[in-house]
Amino acid sequence: MKFTHSWLMDHLETDSTSEEIANTLTKIGLEIENVTNPGDFIKEFIVVSVDKVSKHPNADRLKICLVNNGEENYEVVCGAPNAREGIKGVLAREGQFIPGLDLKLKKSEIRGVVSNGMLLSEKELGISDEHEGIVELSGNFALGSSAANALGLSDIVYEIAITPNRGDCLGIRGVARDLAAAGIGTLKPLDVKPVKPSTGSPIAVNIDFDEEDKSACPYFVGRYFRNVNNGESPDWLKRRLLSVGLRPISVLVDITNYFTFTFGRPLHVFDADKVSGNIVVRLSKKGENLLALDGKNYDLDDEMTVIADEKRPEALAGVMGGELSGCTSDTKNVFLEAAYFDPIRTAITGRKLNLQSDARFRFERGIDPLFQRPGAELASQMILDLCGGQASDLIVAGNPPSIGKKNFLREDRVKKLGGVDIPSEKIESILLKLGFEPTKSRDGWNCITPSWRHDIEGEADLVEEVLRIYGFDKIPTNQLDFGNILPTPAVNTSQERRSFVRRFLALRGLTEAVTFSFLSEELASMFGGGKTDLKLVNPISSDLSIMRPNVVANLLSALGRNSDRGQGNGALFEVGPQFQGTAPSDQSIVASGVRIGKINEHSWLEESRNIDIFDVKADLLETLTAIEININNLSISRDTPSYYHPGRSGSIKMGPKNIVGFFGEIHPSILSNMGFRSRAVAFELFLDNIPLPKTGKGFTKEFLELSPYQAVERDFAFTVDIDRDSDQIVSAIRAVDKKLIKEVLVFDLFVDGTIGKNKKSIGIRVQLQPLEATFSDKEIDDISQKIVDSIREKVGGELRK
Amino acid sequence: MEDIEALKNSIILAISETTSPDGLEELRVFELGKSGRITNMMKSLGNMREIERKIAGKELNILKQSVSGAIEKKKQSLLESKINEKLELERIDVTLPPRAQTIGKIHPISQTIDEVVSIFGEMGFSVAEGPDIEEDWYNFTALNIPPDHPARQEHDTFYLEAKSKGERMVLRTHTSPVQVRTMESSSPPIRIIVPGRTYRCDHDSTHSPMFHQVEGLVVDESTNMSHLKGCLIEFCRAFFSIEDLPVRFRPSYFPFTEPSAEVDIGCSITEGTLKIGHGDKWMEILGSGMVNPRVLENCGIDSKKYQGFAFGMGIERISMLKYGIPDLRTFYDSDIRWMRHYGFRCLDVPTMVGKAAR
Repeated sequence: MKFTHSWLMDHLETDSTSEEIANTLTKIGLEIENVTNPGDFIKEFIVVSVDKVSKHPNADRLKICLVNNGEENYEVVCGAPNAREGIKGVLAREGQFIPGLDLKLKKSEIRGVVSNGMLLSEKELGISDEHEGIVELSGNFALGSSAANALGLSDIVYEIAITPNRGDCLGIRGVARDLAAAGIGTLKPLDVKPVKPSTGSPIAVNIDFDEEDKSACPYFVGRYFRNVNNGESPDWLKRRLLSVGLRPISVLVDITNYFTFTFGRPLHVFDADKVSGNIVVRLSKKGENLLALDGKNYDLDDEMTVIADEKRPEALAGVMGGELSGCTSDTKNVFLEAAYFDPIRTAITGRKLNLQSDARFRFERGIDPLFQRPGAELASQMILDLCGGQASDLIVAGNPPSIGKKNFLREDRVKKLGGVDIPSEKIESILLKLGFEPTKSRDGWNCITPSWRHDIEGEADLVEEVLRIYGFDKIPTNQLDFGNILPTPAVNTSQERRSFVRRFLALRGLTEAVTFSFLSEELASMFGGGKTDLKLVNPISSDLSIMRPNVVANLLSALGRNSDRGQGNGALFEVGPQFQGTAPSDQSIVASGVRIGKINEHSWLEESRNIDIFDVKADLLETLTAIEININNLSISRDTPSYYHPGRSGSIKMGPKNIVGFFGEIHPSILSNMGFRSRAVAFELFLDNIPLPKTGKGFTKEFLELSPYQAVERDFAFTVDIDRDSDQIVSAIRAVDKKLIKEVLVFDLFVDGTIGKNKKSIGIRVQLQPLEATFSDKEIDDISQKIVDSIREKVGGELRK
Repeated sequence: MEDIEALKNSIILAISETTSPDGLEELRVFELGKSGRITNMMKSLGNMREIERKIAGKELNILKQSVSGAIEKKKQSLLESKINEKLELERIDVTLPPRAQTIGKIHPISQTIDEVVSIFGEMGFSVAEGPDIEEDWYNFTALNIPPDHPARQEHDTFYLEAKSKGERMVLRTHTSPVQVRTMESSSPPIRIIVPGRTYRCDHDSTHSPMFHQVEGLVVDESTNMSHLKGCLIEFCRAFFSIEDLPVRFRPSYFPFTEPSAEVDIGCSITEGTLKIGHGDKWMEILGSGMVNPRVLENCGIDSKKYQGFAFGMGIERISMLKYGIPDLRTFYDSDIRWMRHYGFRCLDVPTMVGKAAR
């Protein structure tokens, strides 16, 4: 909210500087966003008198003005039609910056006559668009004095941020009250005198609600004025409105805006001659509509408060007036409204109609429910002062809403919550100045919440009031009590594992990405998602409209973008959430990675090759090994989601059902849909599915028994059917002797017509570890024979001769 | 005897002129072999008288030793030069690039979260988590933001098609719902931090529809605002690694805290460049306050007995400030060039023992 220094001084008696005021505002929670002095950029210009005007010898439209700054005379060339003897104007001299022209004034000769400066228009001053003539100052300003001052532009403008709880500070008087409480001067008393009625009101007011909707408008205060003159506002009023960013319209409208900003008390003035019959405040009816003052037509439902006459709604209560009953320059008789409207209903109405206004902003934060009558009286006086005419009695309907919340503040509570000792008298005086009417009892104060403070709900709020006015900077600093010097671990095992996996994958050459949790519906359904439940009702774009079923889709898109930027080879991973549904248990943390392009693409040392599925299988298995999972206990099957290549992907399981990961090529049709020309491979590691190490086991590692006997290695080559998975051979061999067979490694794969149709040869190295004595040849032969037999029986493979 | 001296000289010369191991061997056989010249001369000693034999024998022995020594020495030198020759042939261009080894980078968001966790971990906080898709109760109502509260409008909430208990589910607009979940499921003393994804329906140069926050909550019987100040000042100074960083607490408003304070740190802006530390400017970095008793009660905690503080800050924001990352939107763009530049080495695990604040 913006306000000017002089405006604030209407309510505050102080000799504090604007800097002190600004600092205090921030300190008490009314954060200063800006302090500007609009006169700053015109402060060099001075007031001069035009003493003599003569014709320019060489130009019909130009004049030569002899101006006086109180000490010297200058000749200035001027083309303004209103430049004439006897007026006072604003002079800019050589070297000064002219804001409206955005240039520095140079000494110039205009058609052979030297001009020693320039008489400025409002446009040239940068204060309006007015460029019909030069500024004429009316008033007794000393020649040579500051033009900014003469123009009333030396008034400092403060701009403060108001938090949603401080509706009371949406009026300048509220700000002044807070400042006074904080030691910046004293709040000036408000002199409210009832206006004496000199005419009657032809308009009566009725509040008409069902019992359950009574809160919509409990209290209405109005007044009828006859014979007013709705012209332009006086300069001081226009200037104030302009300086806070409001456009002056007509004096009646300007007065309502002035009250909105001065007291946070929005008002409305109806052209009484355009109102048919009496006024009724009621709920709108479905099908009604209102042409509002913003020129737009709004369709109303049956839940909005309207101020209506006998024909139609004339205003949206607390939001905006109607165009048809609005005041114009011809308006003669008016009806003033100052009512209390329910904050929530006002907010809902505004939101439904997508209609923001200064009035709504205040009503929805709650205006002072006891300020209807004083507000109406003060506004009445201003109307009479500025527009003339006669006023009626106040027209009142309903009763002010009941307020007077009481809270008790325990004296020790300030210390207990705030951690600072504040003298009892200081606490009491702060509360008093803020309007809480504290009454001291044995161990604290009974506080009556002032009518303008809707935000005070309990004792903690009172502590805050005391602390913020006293100063947060006066609260000492203390360290949290630790109990132990050494902290306990901040992360649990699964959080630690996540962080470890992240760093391990980076070490393996993948770069970490953080992508959005949502994606397009199209992409989601390609990647096995698309559940309606997970759709956003209000996405910011269709590309980000549904929660991601997995992370692979986003990583692939990201690699696609990188590829478009010339980074064709890439490896990205993300450790983050994916969503199967909306319940907390449907969200899981997954480590996903995608690789694309070539390895060793430009290497003089090594042959280039395409990234393939075994790169991501390694990512997956190495990561599992790194988090101390024994990968020999895992099984691999082919049941993978449809976004993987059906023949080139695998699912890794612990036990029969628990899937811990997928790896494989992305389905080629998805890749071509997404515009990729090369293949891409991906892995997904379901971190939440991996059991955590048993707790309570301590840190002792298993005892390591190293055999003193040399291990023996034997190589086998088996011919098997081409669709046999090597895994079956490896498991069959392991099963032969779990004790002696230490390692089984596939080291060769050979497919060739010479082996036989639909056959392949698999080379396997088996490591045998003797336990009690070195193997004899016979023992080795026996176990080798068992291996060969087992492969024949279980896999149908033959030892290749 | 001059003959022997001359002979020695001539043999030594011949040895030195030999250029190959084969030639050297030939020479050795010729002189020292079974029927070599020197061998034969030694054999002929037997025919001499004893006195002559003694003298000649001594001289021949010296000759034999000199010759065999010279041959041995020559042999070594020939071998050495052969090795050197071979090594010379093996010479390669050592300026060629080595085998490529790509190491990835850690995203600034992860790194910043780890830094924050390591600092608060030192102060006895542990990490708590909660779902991104929330019920209205946890995201708003329990936090003292009832429906139609003006504060709700400032949250630009994403709603889901799904409903729970008659209300549309939301993407959490802050990490604060985890405060509620933690208080509901455990009892004081509580000291947690909550890093995580948050969402607001807003997208421009300074807002992203998804961003990260870290939330903190302390609830016990005695923690007050002086502890809030102490804790957050320590954090700011450790995180930015500036021992005397100015930190300011400014009254503000959050529905879930009372009193509430925004926290600013000192900074300066010279020629458009922001520098954290001393200066005439303040930069807002986090919101905080004493937990509103209503929130405690909503979570089933006796507000007469327990109190505490809560705070929240944007991860991206503090990361941008600390590391000079200019544009928020680039965090989510996954541009590999950006991540190589702004990302962190994977072994750079933040700890307070090392440098949490790097």
